[in-house]
Amino acid sequence: MSELAITVIGRDRPGIVADVAEVLARLGANLTDSTMTRLRGHFAMTLICVGPAAAEVEAALTPLAADGQLLATVRAVTPDGTTAPAGEPYVLAVHGADRMGIVAAMTRVVAESGGNVTDLSTRLAGPLYVVVAEVDLPPGSADDLAVRLAGVAADLGVGFSLRPADPDLL
Amino acid sequence: MGEEPYVGLGGWTPAALGVPGEVRRVVCAPEPVLSRPGPQVDPTTEETVRLAADLVATMRVSPGCVGLAAPQVGVGAQVFAVDVTGHPKAVTVHGTFVLCNARVVEASRWKPGREGCMSVPDLTGDVKRASRLVVEGALPGSGALVRLVTDGFEARALQHEIDHCAGLLFLNRVASAHAVYQRKVYL
Repeated sequence: MSELAITVIGRDRPGIVADVAEVLARLGANLTDSTMTRLRGHFAMTLICVGPAAAEVEAALTPLAADGQLLATVRAVTPDGTTAPAGEPYVLAVHGADRMGIVAAMTRVVAESGGNVTDLSTRLAGPLYVVVAEVDLPPGSADDLAVRLAGVAADLGVGFSLRPADPDLL
Repeated sequence: MGEEPYVGLGGWTPAALGVPGEVRRVVCAPEPVLSRPGPQVDPTTEETVRLAADLVATMRVSPGCVGLAAPQVGVGAQVFAVDVTGHPKAVTVHGTFVLCNARVVEASRWKPGREGCMSVPDLTGDVKRASRLVVEGALPGSGALVRLVTDGFEARALQHEIDHCAGLLFLNRVASAHAVYQRKVYL
């Protein structure tokens, strides 16, 4: 059995999830973590599953892509090794006029501070661009990071907030 | 000496402003005025009174609008109007009022909730707000200092408007990377 990373993306229509999941089930590939969403009308699935060889899964998914509307990729990945030590969880929110390089510049600063982006989504709504990222930061680094982010945000003409994530454990 | 200067709204209504408000154009993000902290105002000036009346008038003609802050009509200033009357989620309701230079003095019982904003018309987001709130500010016109004790939806609306006056949108407070949503229903 191998661990596989699969992506399927293409024009949205009813049945994409069912079609892909059916193929995987038939091959005995077990879906583990996945995220599936619509991005500006395109349906996008990213998933990890444990199953047969990558080539076999890719061949089985090929008919779904035959009409040229879907693109499926499969590749073997190394099973999750040692996970990075968890830092302090923060939420970074950025909003402003859409322009090139907002995500690149803001996440570069996070990376240079040793921060790790664990989840990120962006939205373009008319002229407004919104980025919300969940980041794990090295303990005690948030204040310095906020100062550095402020400089980059000012250059980009965007507003931002960096706040501790609230886990709300029940 | 030591006497508490803050009182309740004392039956204040927008009629106390003595001027008819004019409907102003509501600006939307990424308009820079929405991301800049507004300065404090003198609540007794004619300019502040007119702004207060305009905020009430603009709020009244905007469907579903329960609050409107000065930056949303393009004015960087710590002034906002609120009216949650009739809203199904409201518990305590103080009717229509305008506050200048308002600040949160007590906040507790934080609860998540979905928020929208006239200045961010295409998105909503999940934001945690205090559901028990004490706010102090000044009434436009008289400049009387008031202390409001409220809860639930009115508390949420007040925090949203006080944020506007500080140059913050609900987008600055969303709970996670998956807490911003494309708006599906427009009022």
